[in-house]
Amino acid sequence: MKLAQRALLAALAPGLALGLWIALTTAMVWATLSTQERTLLGDVLEPRIALTLMAWLVCSVLLALLARRLFGDHVEALARLDEETRVQLAGRTDRALPDAGSAQVRGLAATIQALVAQRSALQDDMQRQVQAASQQVDHERRRLAALMAELTQSVVVCNLDGRVLLYNNRARLQFRALSDVPGLAEGASTIGLGRSIYTVFERQLVDHALDTIRQRMARGSTNPSAQFVTTTRNGQLLRVQMAAVLDTPGPVLGGFVLMLDNVTREFEQESLRDQLLHGMTEGSRGSLANLQAAVDMLGYPDLDAAMRERFLSVVREEAAAMGDRIQSLAVSAASGLKTRWPMEDMRGSDLVAAIARRIEALGTLEVRSDAVDGALWLKVDSFSLMQALAYLAARLADEFGIRRAELRLSLADTRAHLDLVWSGQVVSTETVMNWEMDPMRIGTESTPLSVRDVVDRHGGAFWFERERVRHEAFFRFLLPLAMAQEVIDAPVAADATERPEYYDFDLFRMSDQARDLADRRLTELSYTVFDTETTGLDPSGGDEIIQIGATRIVNGRLLRHEGFEQLVDPQRPISAASIPIHGIQPSMVAGQPTIDRVLPAFHAFAQDTVLVAHNAAFDMRFLQLKEARTGVCFDQPVLDTLLLSAVVHPHQESHGLEAIAQRLGIAVEGRHTALGDATVTAQVFLKLVPLLADKGIHTLGQARAAAKDTYYARVQY
Amino acid sequence: MTHKILIADDEPNILISLEYLMKREGFVVTLARDGQEAIDAMLRDPPHLVLLDVMMPRKTGLEVCQEVRAHPALQDVLILMLTAKGRDTDVAKGLALGANAYVTKPFSTKDLVARVRAMLGGAA
Repeated sequence: MKLAQRALLAALAPGLALGLWIALTTAMVWATLSTQERTLLGDVLEPRIALTLMAWLVCSVLLALLARRLFGDHVEALARLDEETRVQLAGRTDRALPDAGSAQVRGLAATIQALVAQRSALQDDMQRQVQAASQQVDHERRRLAALMAELTQSVVVCNLDGRVLLYNNRARLQFRALSDVPGLAEGASTIGLGRSIYTVFERQLVDHALDTIRQRMARGSTNPSAQFVTTTRNGQLLRVQMAAVLDTPGPVLGGFVLMLDNVTREFEQESLRDQLLHGMTEGSRGSLANLQAAVDMLGYPDLDAAMRERFLSVVREEAAAMGDRIQSLAVSAASGLKTRWPMEDMRGSDLVAAIARRIEALGTLEVRSDAVDGALWLKVDSFSLMQALAYLAARLADEFGIRRAELRLSLADTRAHLDLVWSGQVVSTETVMNWEMDPMRIGTESTPLSVRDVVDRHGGAFWFERERVRHEAFFRFLLPLAMAQEVIDAPVAADATERPEYYDFDLFRMSDQARDLADRRLTELSYTVFDTETTGLDPSGGDEIIQIGATRIVNGRLLRHEGFEQLVDPQRPISAASIPIHGIQPSMVAGQPTIDRVLPAFHAFAQDTVLVAHNAAFDMRFLQLKEARTGVCFDQPVLDTLLLSAVVHPHQESHGLEAIAQRLGIAVEGRHTALGDATVTAQVFLKLVPLLADKGIHTLGQARAAAKDTYYARVQY
Repeated sequence: MTHKILIADDEPNILISLEYLMKREGFVVTLARDGQEAIDAMLRDPPHLVLLDVMMPRKTGLEVCQEVRAHPALQDVLILMLTAKGRDTDVAKGLALGANAYVTKPFSTKDLVARVRAMLGGAA
């Protein structure tokens, strides 16, 4: 019953009750009277019946007013208070509770108001704390990510399922160099957030190391770790150290950190050293034994001439063999020895720039460095080398008044020349010899090292030359080059404007559920969003893919640093009509790998993910037509942003990529390259997911079912 | 009694010295240039002692050692290993496979003779 009706009822009730009481009393009194008395009473009352009714009416009205007032003060006020309190309970509003009704009701309202205020204060406080805590966590994560990025060792962090949660730039470069097809799409496929580490390492190997760690934990080790060495598919030797990520309380194993070193070269050098040592001892022992025995025999005075000559020839032969052996050992040992001191790979131009800065900072000389071969990579101990050059420059300035010099770097056979050149004053060779052997002293700094020591450390050489024609003199350092493989390993500057997305700690909480993919939520799946550029629009009629671009979405984030982009030689002409659309000229695809090589690489990239494309049926048709030829089958689930857009906005006219992007407020850049389009598609998809959720579509299965029911799904290629 | 000695080594440059040395010391000397030859020679005419090189073609000294110890007719043959392998693990292996003594190259011929005499004296 509505409140207004109840108020009316409450107002009428006292009057009715009064009337009822009068009628009942009259009826009962009437029943006890005799006929005479009834007539008498009738006579008395009859003329006054109007008065009685009037009195009843007046009383009723007065009672109605009173009841109305009481109802308003107690019932209505309470009901309103209840309503308002419910509003406050549902969520925060700025409305004050009604200040009406009886004193008690108003008191109750004030108390509730106080409680509400208290709740608000608590909520605010909690929110502040949560914010502060998450800021702190975010801060720490960033700091950790920054730290990881700077490490020169490769680091990969995984959860117990072997999914990658974090990796640093060094690891990315290392895996890229280790990839089967390093030339393809920059070897993009081997490592990425959410990817399985078991695509790189054998599962048993990692499991064994984890077992070792568990055993050590069981024995009470606080920092359990394990180590293994493995060969990669392309024959490199990796030393992997595994450390546990411990969850508290417990501690229980929550994941693991892998630190990787490519020890291929170290190992090769070590085994070379072993070989040398072996050759030195066992080879020489035999020869020495022959020599000694022959010499002992020669000592016998009664030896006849023929025997003496035979023993002498043994001695000659063995002595010559020993000489040869030592010569060859000396040659190979020299190359092995230079690795003893830990050297770093450094771009030659960076080294020269650092040296020039150091010399200029001393204020002794002005240094030019125009003639520097920028392509050279050196294997150097840059600090000691920098000291040596600064020291030489300082002595030139102090003792010969040289004010200007030049640094030059050039290739010389298998090594590099690093020259400190000056003109004018001639320095004698003896002086230079002294400089080379003296402990280095620069200003107030001194070191027990000499230039000779620094040169020896590099397995290099150092000398002084004069060029009379140009009136120039120079000190020359002969330095080792870094090998090609090492240059691949060297870090390239990452995009400086944004911190690469190399980590996602939320993946710690995810685990490979046994649930069917169709039941998984859209927000927790990993996606490969891709696009192809083609020679034309007719896949069955012989048109071919000329570019594949793809990007990844893991845990609701677009991973811009884990893209895949590869041009493909279609082995047929590109139709002139299509060139303005994708901008790919025939000359650009010439010499690119064919689809036979690219598709397996893309398949590896898309492993364990759901495929997403705009108008996916078109792209999928191209991929399917190549199944027989390439042997790779894209059998994972596919989502189509065109169809999903039609699900979300059924009444819109256009579901073209650009129209959708505009509708969803996405800035479109770099369209009509495969990677550009894939990136836009990925952004569109990320915006569509919450809109789908509003329509009650949460899982992959629901999304696919809804897409299938749209009109657009009926188009066939 | 004249002792018979077999010298097995693939290096002619040591063989010539050892042969001269042992003959001079009054032993009856037979030569073998690889492991198989050494076994054949021993089976033909068991010597009292073998100077056995480890690194030989066809059969290594260690294999010869094992075969000798497995052969009933050759139980009493003394074996002195001569080898360029000087690690203690190699010595242990040689002795474990049945060698009576182990001499690492290079060695003094005087010591070698003394060693041989001591072994034969003990056996006599």
